Amino acid sequence: MTADSGSASQLPRFRPGDRVLVTQTDPAGHTRAPRYVRGRVGSIVEQQGDQVLPDSAVGANAELSPQPVYAVRFAAGDLFGDGNHSVTVNLWETYLEAADP
Amino acid sequence: MTTQDTHDTNDSEIAAEVRQLETVLEERGIVDGTELDTIIDRFVTTASPANGARVIARAWIDDDYRQRLLADGNAGLGELDLSSGGLAGHVPFRVVENTEHTHNVLVCTLCSCYPIGLLGASPSWYKSEAYRSRVVREPRAVLAEFGLHLPEDTRIEVWDSSAETRYMVLPRRPAGTEDYDETELAALVTRNGMIGTAAV
Repeated sequence: MTADSGSASQLPRFRPGDRVLVTQTDPAGHTRAPRYVRGRVGSIVEQQGDQVLPDSAVGANAELSPQPVYAVRFAAGDLFGDGNHSVTVNLWETYLEAADP
Repeated sequence: MTTQDTHDTNDSEIAAEVRQLETVLEERGIVDGTELDTIIDRFVTTASPANGARVIARAWIDDDYRQRLLADGNAGLGELDLSSGGLAGHVPFRVVENTEHTHNVLVCTLCSCYPIGLLGASPSWYKSEAYRSRVVREPRAVLAEFGLHLPEDTRIEVWDSSAETRYMVLPRRPAGTEDYDETELAALVTRNGMIGTAAV
């Protein structure tokens, strides 16, 4: 279920302002990386505490350690090709890689 | 088969599966049915947009509170004896503030996550595939359909609650309310204003 941020088990990899790439994956199981941001580059707005990664939180080998979750901002033009708004999505650290600035 | 027929069939199938799952969990002693009912009843009866409106009114009247609320949403709720928590544990809470230049609107594209405790039960349109798919793609047009026409130079920020964090919009305080007390201010706040599909 939800994570207790007091039991954070790792230092966050990213800081506000960092450019990050959402990994382009299509896992067979459950994930909460929305398709419309996969393979897209955004900027870290802030960390939203530490939360349990839903992808691996079930089954016999469930991983229940919380990990950093970030609010990541994407320009509409980068996501959809047009629009002058931004979309900020909450993404687990596992979904993210450092992007070239 | 119409889209609505398919949707209703899916809903009733899912409801049946949930009931079956609940029955099995109770039979195996994993879930206490009475405790579950108590938690749900308490949550449903206390959940109301009046809670969110209290937070908004306090933020409008007390600028120090507003800043504390924006810095730490959970602590801000705690000051008013409110909680974002649903059925289990800590739920991170984040208030996003509308300004002269920025308008915020909330969605859960993956499902329909919503700050029920502060806004009451979510409206059907919020859970609709139409809203969830369109508001990230064309928010200005979607807001216009709600009757909210924003100036072209107002930047729109869409927040997708794709993880545990629950969001709430802090609308701009309406003009001409300088003499209002907290109760009168709270009465101005609408649920849609706290989602971002209305100005206040």
